[in-house]
Amino acid sequence: MELPLSNHRRMSVDEFDTRITLSHAAKQARERGYANFPIIDVDSHHFESESFAEIVKYVEDPVIRQLLEASTIAGYRGVGALPASLGYQDYGGRIMREPLRRLERTEPKPHRDITLTRRWMDSIGIDIAILFPTPMLHLGLHPQVEIEVALSHAYNRWLVEHVLAQEPRIRTMLYLPFNDPAATYRMVKEFAGRPGAVGFMVTSNRYRPVHHNDYMKTYALLEESNLPIAFHGAYNWNDQSMLMVNRFISAHALGFVWYNLVHLTNWVINGLGERFPKLKVLWIESGLAWLPFIMQRLDNEYMMRTADAPALKRLPSDYIRDMYFTNQPMEKTGDMALLETTFRVIKAETQLLYSSDYPHWDFDLPSVIYDLPFLNETQKRAILGGNALRVFGMEPPKRKLAVRD
Amino acid sequence: MTEILIGKAASFEDGGRRIVFHGDVEIGVFRWEGKFYAYENLCVHQGGPACEGLIMHQVEDVLAPDRTFIRQTFSESDVHFVCPWHGYEYRLTTGECVGDRRLKLRRYDVVERGGEVFIIAE
Repeated sequence: MELPLSNHRRMSVDEFDTRITLSHAAKQARERGYANFPIIDVDSHHFESESFAEIVKYVEDPVIRQLLEASTIAGYRGVGALPASLGYQDYGGRIMREPLRRLERTEPKPHRDITLTRRWMDSIGIDIAILFPTPMLHLGLHPQVEIEVALSHAYNRWLVEHVLAQEPRIRTMLYLPFNDPAATYRMVKEFAGRPGAVGFMVTSNRYRPVHHNDYMKTYALLEESNLPIAFHGAYNWNDQSMLMVNRFISAHALGFVWYNLVHLTNWVINGLGERFPKLKVLWIESGLAWLPFIMQRLDNEYMMRTADAPALKRLPSDYIRDMYFTNQPMEKTGDMALLETTFRVIKAETQLLYSSDYPHWDFDLPSVIYDLPFLNETQKRAILGGNALRVFGMEPPKRKLAVRD
Repeated sequence: MTEILIGKAASFEDGGRRIVFHGDVEIGVFRWEGKFYAYENLCVHQGGPACEGLIMHQVEDVLAPDRTFIRQTFSESDVHFVCPWHGYEYRLTTGECVGDRRLKLRRYDVVERGGEVFIIAE
């Protein structure tokens, strides 16, 4: 494969292997003794678009299936089945694993996504990974709600029946077609309790308010089922506000926080924490710096405008502290005291769950948590695995990784 | 002080790079515009294989005299290598991290003698 470089140069690459590119991560795992405690990765990804032909077979609507099948014809680019995710996640090819992934060789069985996921899990030192899609993170922006419903249902069936059934180390929080509240409820009804499905996930980049009455029976069902709901951040460069920014770094840095700020604010101010006190709510891939910000903003204004949020019996930040968060992409380049304060105010010891986001461009290794100077060993192990085992009601992994045995 | 033989200078393509091992340490050796440079292959960010990434020139904003933006271009002289894990960029000739010059890769001296190239390691 020829990779384009600066000033008309090119670089030729013939092979790629996840285990080689992550050899330094494997060394970190050995040096830090990750074999001695469970590590649960609460946000990781595969590229489901590479299995689109398999997924489309699970679409039940004959017209939508035919439309989507047409988009899988090799080399045919005339059909756009997913909302365009305008952007340059691979940083112009500098994040080499993205363009080179197609060179990685795998055996026909098990499924290629299982083989690739096992490779990075074993290299990094992950016992159990919660897997999410990639291009479908933008499906909530599809103008045809029925496409979101049909495709997410097909994806969920394909993932549970075709992929997760073959590898218990890989789990998921299933995609909810949130733009259709009735279909969202049906999805929980159908898939709650299915092996491998440890909760449900809403892609945050969409325009539906989380406090709408249409969602209450879904929240009630999730609460009764003791299944967490997660809001997974994502950017949308076509958002009216984001059209003002001209570089990908800006759209990404703001976008991955923006929608979760809106949803979390609605969740808190409308008293959903009071209405569903046992529902576990998880916020994924917005980093951590937004949390002290929104806690201070909402508390300050709530004290002056309690009538705007009459359902609350505590400060907004108290409800936020009942929620759960993943670390990635954790803001590590600034003042360590700021990060330590953030950990304290969100009660990281019990509320923070480790996430890698691998293989995406801004992934975090377990060492971003393990190497923090202000955490003791017990706190590190809780964040890296113990908290997730508790939140998701998982059994501690019995089988140690092959590389650890 | 240990000298590590890398190979014959003539076998080293200009613009190329090799990764060599010295005990547990990986060292990236670059040849750029006839000169050799060597750094530990360990990104200051999360420990990625920084020396194994793309070699890219600095992207520059081109401004007009009135300070309006015209376009972007690649520098002709400021060349970087980029950690393939997350994109941290390093100046090829100094090992400085482009985003924060206080951060640097560990640098090794390189000597040519009798047509052969050696790294000086501890």
